[in-house]
Formats: sequence, C-alpha cells, structure tokens
Amino acid sequence: MDDLHELYQEVILEHHKRPRNFRALPQSTHRAAGHNPLCGDEVEVYLTVRDGRIAEVTFQGQGCAISRASASLMTEALTGKRIDEARKVFAGVKDALTGNAPEAGMDEIGELAALQGVRRFPARIKCATLPWHAFEAAVAGTKRVSTEA
Amino acid sequence: MLLDRAQEIAPEVLAEVRGAFPILGQKIGDHPLVYLDNSATTQKPDAVIDAVTRYYREDNANIHRGVHALSQRATSAYEDARAVVARFIGAPGPEQIVFTRGTTEAINLVAWSFARPRLKKGDVILLTEMEHHANIVPWQLVAEATGARVVPAPVTDSGEVDLEAFRSLLEHEPVALAAFVYISNSLGTVNPVETMLAAARAAGVPTLVDAAQAVSQRPIDVVALDCDFLAFSGHKLFGPTGIGVLYGKRKHLEAMPPYQGGGDMIANVSFAGTTFKGPPERFEAGTPNIAGVVGLGAAVEWFAEQPRERLWAHEDALVRRATEGLSEIDGVRIVGTAKDKASVVSFLLAEAHPHDIGTFLDAEGIAIRAGHHCCQPLMTRYGIPGTARASFSIYNTMEEADRFVKAVARVARFFS
Ligand SMILES: Cc1ncc(COP(=O)(O)O)c(C=O)c1O
Repeated sequence: MDDLHELYQEVILEHHKRPRNFRALPQSTHRAAGHNPLCGDEVEVYLTVRDGRIAEVTFQGQGCAISRASASLMTEALTGKRIDEARKVFAGVKDALTGNAPEAGMDEIGELAALQGVRRFPARIKCATLPWHAFEAAVAGTKRVSTEA
Repeated sequence: MLLDRAQEIAPEVLAEVRGAFPILGQKIGDHPLVYLDNSATTQKPDAVIDAVTRYYREDNANIHRGVHALSQRATSAYEDARAVVARFIGAPGPEQIVFTRGTTEAINLVAWSFARPRLKKGDVILLTEMEHHANIVPWQLVAEATGARVVPAPVTDSGEVDLEAFRSLLEHEPVALAAFVYISNSLGTVNPVETMLAAARAAGVPTLVDAAQAVSQRPIDVVALDCDFLAFSGHKLFGPTGIGVLYGKRKHLEAMPPYQGGGDMIANVSFAGTTFKGPPERFEAGTPNIAGVVGLGAAVEWFAEQPRERLWAHEDALVRRATEGLSEIDGVRIVGTAKDKASVVSFLLAEAHPHDIGTFLDAEGIAIRAGHHCCQPLMTRYGIPGTARASFSIYNTMEEADRFVKAVARVARFFS
C-alpha cells in the first residue's frame, strides 16, 4: 500500500463520511473546543462522565478527513472507559502517530491503528491529535485548546 | 482573444524562462515537481543563485566604513542594488529605497516610525477586509499604543473592495492613514489601486500599498501611483528570503524618527546624545543582509530583462485554464471571482477539506497551499476556515495547469 492509501485507508474514509457520535451533547458534564489555527479547524468534544467512567462522548465541528475520522474513532474507543484508561488510549495513539509504538503494540488500540498512516505525513499529525487534545482539555476543565499554544 | 495570444508565446521563450530555474527540473517521488505555491514564495533563477554565491566567494565583507578592497566592493554591490531597485519601481532616488527583512518589516517600520507619532486617540487606520496579517497586525499594535482604531473597508462576495464603502469611510471617518493590498495573495484580486489612491489623496490621507504580490505581476511606478509608501519582499520576486523593500516619499522618510537603533544608522554617538544619518541609512540599523540585497538586485535585473507583458499574459491564461478546468468538476467552488485577477485560484471541494486536497496533490508532486493564507479575517468574511490555493508564476506550463486540474478531479472522486 502506498503512503497515501495507507493514510486514507477504508476505515478512515468510512469514519470521515459517516462520523459516529457526531452531535452536540446538551447534558454533557465536560466539554472543550480544540482549535488548529494553521488550518482554521475547530472541533468541540462533549463528555458525560458518571462515576469516573465516560458514559458518552460526542463531537462537532469542521475539519479534514483525518481530524474527523480521528474524532469519530476516538468517541467509539473512549465510550465506557475510565478517565485514566482513556488517557492511556491517547498515549497509545500518540505513540502510533509519532512512530514510537512497536508495530506489535497496535493491537491494543484496535481500530485506532488505522490512524498510524499519518506518521508518514508530519504536517498532518496535528490534524489527528486535535480531537484528543480537546478531550484532554475537557477532562482537565479547560474550555479551549490550540495546537499552536 | 487574450487566451489565444498568450498561448502563442513562443515555446522556446517559455522553455528558456523555465530553464533558468534549476529547482523546477526535479521529481517528487516518481512525479515531476509542479510548483503552484508561488504566492507563498517564488523559485530563484540561476542569475540570483549565482550572484549570491559569487558575492560570498569573491566580495564578502562588511559594508560602509571599510577602507579595504573587499569592503569597497561589497559596499558598491549593496548600493548598486539599491539603485537597481529604485529604477525598477520608478523611485526618483535610491535614498528612497529602505532595505528591510521583507514586506512585514517594511509595514512595521511605517507603523512605528511614521504612523505612531502622528496618531491620536480616535483616529482611523483604514484597511480592507482582504489584507494579509502583515498589513493588519502592525496597525493593531500601533492602534493599541495610541488609541487609534483599525477599520477595514468591506469586500464583496466576488472578492472586490467595495469602493463606495471605501470612499465613504474616507469621507466620514477621521482617517489618518490608508493601507491596502495591490493584489490579494488569497483571492488573486487585483485592486483598483489608482482609484483608491486618488480617493485617499483627495481626502488628504497618506497611503501605503502592500505590493508583495503585485511586484511580480504588474509594472510598478511609484511616481505614477503617487502612493506615500510601498512595500514588497524579495522572495516573491524571484529573489532571496530575508530581504525586502520599503519605498517612501522623501518628505516622509526625512521627517521620520529611526525604527531601530544601532550601528550604521548614526551620524555621531555620544552618551550626551546621538544624531542619526538621513534616509535610507537611518532605517537600516546594524549589519544588513548584504547577500540578500545582492541577490535581490540580481533578481530585479533578471526579471526586468524578461518579456514581462507576454509572460503575464501567459500567466493569465494559466489561471483561466485552471479556473475553467476546476469549474467543470462537481463540488468545486471558486473563492474569489473578481473581474481583474492575477496568479491565484482559491477553491473549495464539497467532499474534501483543503488539507486533504493538499496532501493528495503533494503525493503527485503538485505543490499547492491549504489554509487561511494569513488572511483569517477574509476567511471569516466568507464563513470558511480556509481554501486550497494554486498560485501560478511565469515559469508554469499549460501541462502543469492540466495536471493540477486532473489531480483535483481525482481527489473529488476519491472522497465522494
Ligand atoms: C499580500 C501580502 N502581504 C504581505 C506578505 C508578507 O510578506 P513577508 O512574509 O515576505 O514579509 C505577503 C506574503 O506572505 C503577502 O502575500
């Protein structure tokens, strides 16, 4: 598979075209906006946390295929996780994106492994991490994060 | 028809122009490079690369104050380039050419040395909505320091300055200075600067023209324009990065205080007080970018010798070909459809984000830009986060325009 097709593989395209949990969550307990001033992309992540577990995660906003698919995959991966588990998942994704993860370790992040095609496109890594940073900010109680701050 | 005439430009002439740019012959992966990011920076011809190399190999020394041979050679190279630039834009004298790091520094210089001392609380700095951040942020900073206000003239849906509104602002607001772009880097709009400058003059308002894009797209004659200041960058004119030009009217440059202090700009220094040289040295503190100036001089000399009118017609034909080709692709929206346009095609695809388009094209060796192009207020005006932008230069070919269009068509199919 060439780099481009690894980047835009089926899973990514599918989540881009039919993003899961793509809606606002009026009853959310946590929310934050992630902003990438380089491209103007903006993603809002909503969480409902009950008893230390993420009961629901949703997102809204405009973005490229990579950031949208990453956000959609994130909502599926984090639903039902405890906050500390969710942070670990993000750490795994970061490693996959920056090329630090051993290929074998990919199993643990499941479908999220589809994001690792991004590692060959350094200019696009921030697209993939944007929704995750918004998630982290929401949990930390920060209203807004920027990729460039 | 302009299109036919442009296509008639002798292929040997085009080939010779293109052949002067060594970088263009390379491949990106398996694909020949198609460089369509010329609004960001243009490539450099051998004439420039060689001039800079020769300067470092043969003449390098610090300028002014030197009694030795190399310093005298470096000083003449530096001052000769100033004269070349002055002639190129029709400046009455070389002392009206101040070398800066680029357009950005030139505008900052005017903001702090010219505008700041004369701005009063409530004064208006008149811009347009299509300005580059370089022609917005410096004014916001001096506005903050003085209590002045930055007011943009609106642009229309097609991407033209609303001239009625521009005139009305000049008439009804206490405008202390008007600064506007000649050719928009994000839309390609060629503004009617003669009309805008005449309106400002009639209102007694001093003017600055951001000619960063225009200097490679239109003949520039600062006397005919009768602007008070004009700014551009060497790197968008086939010259090196890190060097730019501020042209100013004599009466202003002579009256303006220094921008930065340091060596080379002083007449006499003592702890009791320092006196400054006249323009342009007063505004060139410290050891300047001598090699950059030499390279810029070479770029201007090279460009001035080219059949510019015909090359611009060729460039117009490229823009039209790309625009027409894109318009036939389902889901394409061209952003910026002004009647008078140069070099740039900004567009959106319904199914694909500009960054995805950019990554896709890059995989085929085609360099375009995606994003807000340092014009966030303009993007906000159109309610979009950014665009994909192809920008052409004199060395691009019809085949390249076609390859670009076909690649965009493939992106559209891929994401639909
Ligand atoms: C219209 C316009 N103005 C100003 C600038 C700033 O130029 P520079 O970054 O070379 O200072 C640019 C280039 O990006 C431009 O296109």
